[in-house]
Amino acid sequence: MEASFGVSSAAAANAVNSPALSPPSLPFIRSEARPISWRVDKSRKAGKITTKAVAAQAENPASAASKPGHEVLLFEALREGLEEEMERDPRVCIFGEDVGHYGGSYKVSKGLADKYGDLRVLDTPIAENSFTGMAVGAAMTGLRPVVEGMNMGFLLLAFNQISDNCGMLHYTSGGQFTIPTVIRGPGGVGRQLGAEHSQRLESYFQSIPGIQMVACSTPYNAKGLMKAAIRSENPVVLFEHVLLYNLKERIPDEEYVVSLEEAEMVRPGEHVTILTYSRMRYHVMQAAKTLVNKGYDPEVIDIRSLKPFDLYTIGNSIKKTHKVLIVEECMRTGGIGASLTAAINENFNDYLDAPIVCLSSQDVPTPYAGTLEEWTVVQPGQIVTAVEQLCR
Amino acid sequence: MAMALTRRNLHLLCPIFSARLLTTASTSPITIETSLPFTAHNIDPPSRSVQTSPQELLSFFRDMALMRRMEIAADSLYKAKLIRGFCHLYDGQEAVAIGMEAAITRKDCIITAYRDHCLFLGRGGTLLEAFAELMGRKDGCSKGKGGSMHFYKKDGGFYGGHGIVGAQIPLGCGLAFAQKYSKDDNVSFMMYGDGAANQGQLFEALNMAALWDLPAILVCENNHYGMGTAEWRAAKSPAYFKRGDYVPGLKVDGMDALAVKQACKFAKEHALKNGPIILEMDTYRYHGHSMSDPGSTYRTRDEISGIRQERDPVERVRKLILAHDIATEKEMKDNEKEVRKEVDEAIAKAKEIPSPDPSELFTNVYVKGLGVEAFGADRKELRAVLP
Repeated sequence: MEASFGVSSAAAANAVNSPALSPPSLPFIRSEARPISWRVDKSRKAGKITTKAVAAQAENPASAASKPGHEVLLFEALREGLEEEMERDPRVCIFGEDVGHYGGSYKVSKGLADKYGDLRVLDTPIAENSFTGMAVGAAMTGLRPVVEGMNMGFLLLAFNQISDNCGMLHYTSGGQFTIPTVIRGPGGVGRQLGAEHSQRLESYFQSIPGIQMVACSTPYNAKGLMKAAIRSENPVVLFEHVLLYNLKERIPDEEYVVSLEEAEMVRPGEHVTILTYSRMRYHVMQAAKTLVNKGYDPEVIDIRSLKPFDLYTIGNSIKKTHKVLIVEECMRTGGIGASLTAAINENFNDYLDAPIVCLSSQDVPTPYAGTLEEWTVVQPGQIVTAVEQLCR
Repeated sequence: MAMALTRRNLHLLCPIFSARLLTTASTSPITIETSLPFTAHNIDPPSRSVQTSPQELLSFFRDMALMRRMEIAADSLYKAKLIRGFCHLYDGQEAVAIGMEAAITRKDCIITAYRDHCLFLGRGGTLLEAFAELMGRKDGCSKGKGGSMHFYKKDGGFYGGHGIVGAQIPLGCGLAFAQKYSKDDNVSFMMYGDGAANQGQLFEALNMAALWDLPAILVCENNHYGMGTAEWRAAKSPAYFKRGDYVPGLKVDGMDALAVKQACKFAKEHALKNGPIILEMDTYRYHGHSMSDPGSTYRTRDEISGIRQERDPVERVRKLILAHDIATEKEMKDNEKEVRKEVDEAIAKAKEIPSPDPSELFTNVYVKGLGVEAFGADRKELRAVLP
């Protein structure tokens, strides 16, 4: 039976199995593969909107100059996405600390205040709880705020606003209000930033009903996810990573939006499915090079959508390889990997030849000392060892 | 100033005797003095003389009696276990809701905490929607999924209905921001209690509202008890209207609907020109904090009955109406009987409404469509539909 909108597949599968709560039969809704015309009556650039679930191919630097598209760093890609959406829809505005005159502490909103003014690119005081609440209130009236947490960890102060008001208002008002906010910011373990500035909030937010969570990892998907998140009518939390802001990639010139709920196939393979997201993708790809030299053929999927999981892509991969390795930066307890393990076990247990292996960060506050910090997160060597053990 | 009947809650009028009384009542202005002068902080207080009309006074009485009746009925329904969970009643504080409505339009926004039943009514909500929501039926204003603390009415400019103390204030700040963004000359009233007045997010929001001159009016409904704690035990400075420091404030007798109306009118003019202002409504709730609180362990019954005798908002308006010969005692009593009947009818109708369909458990979690449509873990089809 098809799941209702918004229910994670695992829950729906459970619902079907337990007779006490079997959902009534719902109409099978077929969607047509055409873009829904946006209701904003502005003359927009007639850009072709494409979806692209497959990552851009690795490039050959020699031919870079002659290729189409333009090279950007990840933070520039985010800015491009933001700017294009602000241009397109006058209701999009930015709230955050130092986003306006300073240009954003990671330069994501550089130049936007000069272009759109101080009210649209609002420099807030250091008051996460209330400016996130303010964004939700503004969204209730129809504005589309993008809230920046200077570091994702600071948004813990706004947890009540994000969980109760952002996530739940659409439900508790019986559908009267939509909250089209985007909450974004850099998180993750950086370079010796200390425990409080190295938080991974995806594990705390993942249970909030009503929000979507996505994690970007390349300039291509960063821009696409930013645009999709702004256009979505649901509140979206966009997780960026402190260490990925200077990644360079060539992205298309034409307008594109990336799907919020799809995972990205980074490297197709046969032997093992490696599921990862954000910075760990790069550790996995580094390990993949070693693994290929050793004769393994890992399939690497960047799950991108942390809530809901793209169990379709993941499931297809598991059916092919029968072994799963999850590599994440969240802590062991209650992280994304823990939920993903449970979801895969529930849905694809029959297809697994071995128990799911989940490599996560240690359950410790991130230490300052560089060597210790290195050991809190998963390193490529550990990934190689895990794959070897899994494929024995 | 004549109160246009169209701006009042037409649904609250029932098309018989008293409606005729209301429509035939004159709209000629009367000037009445408020019970107490306004106390002001950093601003010149408005005048004590309020312009009103017989029609307005009658509609005040009618609406407040309706609200009072609704809350008392909710009390009985709760005891009959038809309303579950939390139920926070507003009786005693009706003057704040009514006076505020009289001073503003539906384009202005109101946001409040969980004591929201009467404000919902004031903003255009119907008795049926209210009772259905309280009893968790599908035709409630939030489809039965919100409950007592989550009444909303988007087209009436009522933004709820919030359970977490103080969290609605930054939201209200956002409403004011959006009003400034679209430059539409409307204001937002964010209401909170003396308990919430000690929340940090209030001061954060106040700072931002003052910094950007947002058309925000913070209304502290000071009923002197934050759940079971008296205000002097919770706040070093219970002068809530002064807490804004650089933001001007006004202390108003919240049991006098006309004083509330005057203050709100004044506040709206101020907010549109100069940014935020705090209104402290000195009011009182007869019930306890919620239905699980008897309300007598932290205050004496004498206090409650004393206020009921001397400051009751409905009685005050009744006395004004009788004093100005706008209606007779008998007409007023008939009015009350009709109100009672209206509420009873609404309850009877609401009891008939069924509970929401089980599929409603999953609707409205996300906005329909989500972008890509997903069909379970093993989708046979995937088509991308982008927002």
